[in-house]
Amino acid sequence: MSATRYEVPGWIGTVLVPTINICLAFLVSGLIIVVIGEDPWQALDLLISGAFGSQEAVGYTLYYTTNLIFTGLAVAVAFHAGLFNIGAEGQAYIGGLGVALVCLAGDANLPTFIIIPLCMVAAALFGAAWAFLPGYLQATRGSHIVITTIMFNFIASAVMVYLLVNVLIKPGQMAPETRTFAEVAWVPFLHEVLAPVGIKLARSPLNLSLALALLCCVVVWAFVWRTRWGYAIRTVGQNETAAVYAGINPKRCIVLAMTISGGLAGLVAMNEILGVQHRLLIDFVAGYGFTGIAVALMGRNHPFGIVLAALLFGALYQGGAELAFEIPTITRDMVVVIQGLVILFCGALEFMVKPRVESMYRWAHRTGTGS
Amino acid sequence: MGSPNGNGVVMDLEGAFLLFVLVLDSTARVAVPLIFCALAGLFAERSGVIDIGLEGKMLAAAFAAAATAAVTQSSWIGLGAGVVVSIAFAMLHGFACITHRGSQVVSGLAINILVSGLTVTLGIAWFHEGGQTPLLVDDARFPPIEWPGTNVVGGVPIIGPIYKELLSGHNVLVYLAFFVVPLSWWILYRTRFGLRLRAVGENPTAVDTAGISVQWLRYRAMLLCGVLCGLAGTYLSTAHGASFIRDMTAGKGYIALAAMIFGKWRPLPAMLACLLFGFLDSVAARLQGVELPVVGQIPVQFIQALPYVVTVILLAGFIGRAVAPKASGIPYVKER
Repeated sequence: MSATRYEVPGWIGTVLVPTINICLAFLVSGLIIVVIGEDPWQALDLLISGAFGSQEAVGYTLYYTTNLIFTGLAVAVAFHAGLFNIGAEGQAYIGGLGVALVCLAGDANLPTFIIIPLCMVAAALFGAAWAFLPGYLQATRGSHIVITTIMFNFIASAVMVYLLVNVLIKPGQMAPETRTFAEVAWVPFLHEVLAPVGIKLARSPLNLSLALALLCCVVVWAFVWRTRWGYAIRTVGQNETAAVYAGINPKRCIVLAMTISGGLAGLVAMNEILGVQHRLLIDFVAGYGFTGIAVALMGRNHPFGIVLAALLFGALYQGGAELAFEIPTITRDMVVVIQGLVILFCGALEFMVKPRVESMYRWAHRTGTGS
Repeated sequence: MGSPNGNGVVMDLEGAFLLFVLVLDSTARVAVPLIFCALAGLFAERSGVIDIGLEGKMLAAAFAAAATAAVTQSSWIGLGAGVVVSIAFAMLHGFACITHRGSQVVSGLAINILVSGLTVTLGIAWFHEGGQTPLLVDDARFPPIEWPGTNVVGGVPIIGPIYKELLSGHNVLVYLAFFVVPLSWWILYRTRFGLRLRAVGENPTAVDTAGISVQWLRYRAMLLCGVLCGLAGTYLSTAHGASFIRDMTAGKGYIALAAMIFGKWRPLPAMLACLLFGFLDSVAARLQGVELPVVGQIPVQFIQALPYVVTVILLAGFIGRAVAPKASGIPYVKER
């Protein structure tokens, strides 16, 4: 290597390399589709039309996107503090408990404009509490956050099954679900909100939680990049020793980042429980917490990137469901495969492509300038 | 078995003993995949590679073994396929974390998610049974091995039930699991390879300085990890069960991880932890709906969550400290 190292422009690391990684993930996915004897181009075509082909399809896509924005942001905030929060799944689940408790207690007496904000606070608080403990244990006792959050996912699942089967279940019913909440507590569907204004939309589960999710993106951006706390969290994430010398208390940052992360994950319940299901049921999180990891990795932990990545995965969820109708051998599980490949290429193998692309750029630059 | 546990009927001593032996018997069966996986995780982490992908490798092996056994009608070829596929994923993990120094946790998670989707996708495409593999019969499964003289010895009190129910009548993989534990101990603590393996998990720089390749050692540890996860998965689908079922590992890889931590990264204590978790599982199955004196009914979910709760408490250092190998989770960068 020559003595002068050419500076590689930023867009190579932030745009080109992630794009290559995503393409690799989709390339391998395509190969798998070939292996099972289907046509990947036809699958892609069905996927796109299934996700965006009609108003209803777009509504579903955006509804999935909403969940993934919440969990993606949750994972990203923890990432900025150098923490890997695998527990968004459990935190979202417990967030649902918070919503259900508020609704079961208050949906008979409280008006909409009180109960919905109350539910929001409860969802965030319960999720935050479930993340606070692993965060606190990491900060003060050094227990590895990855292991504790994995364990907390399982504990959350056991707690929720117990509560739903024995305590919260609607009396006289077999399925472990709560009763349907009163309509005052429902987050309105978008097609219902826009109907009086004269905009007619097809029916879909898309509801106003999407606005909340986008608002969260702005708030998270402002918090991480424009506040003293966000700065402290990022410093701890980059170099804990340096943070200590800068007078930052890493323990407080770790706990704070985890709490915010859990709160964001808890908000999934707003979309899923108050927006769509209107009752608490077993396993309503259905893997959104884990997909959130893929979303955060792909979105490079930036809210803007997370919205794009969430939209992509939302489209995969919805398109995948449509795809299963047309090609019975390709089910939703194919989307899980793609998700795993995205995490593999964008996360685990992120250092595989980058040095090669950078050295290629330097080579092109050298030969281009003729030095 | 009969029903020695009728409500309100006083259980006779012999019945209670038989029940106890049967619980121990099912403990052993449940603990086998945990033991294989806990040892797999132990080799990986002792070499400095965190592996939360135990679950995925086990699931991949379970599918490969069941699918191959269904096609070839041979459990042994199935075992080979299970182990090979598991090793392949272990090498992928090594490629990402050892060669390219990627995040070990992210890589393990990616493998788990990838496998949980891939097994079902391939299962649907190949067998058209909604992601399951065809039911295995006869030679495609590992049969129980009856020890000689079970009928004669079975009648003897105390020793009889232990011999007949607990020791005899398991398949070859169960015995292998309990054999692999002392073997792992021997490899780790009595061989040169084991010494180097432990050293590379604590202080890779020292090992590198001594002229030993850190990467090659870690790859070999991942190889062992792959073999053991392969055995665990094969056991699930071709010995314990008789086909592959979607997500059949159901968190066992994570429980094994917990058992490994509970055993403080040592083979024998890890096995005991696996047996303890297996025992809890067996007891939970028996206690469902049974009224106990003093405490009343114990919710099954409580017993199911117990391994996880105990692990968190242990990790927090409230009951003895669990200290991971110092270099685990940190990619090794050779200084230039």
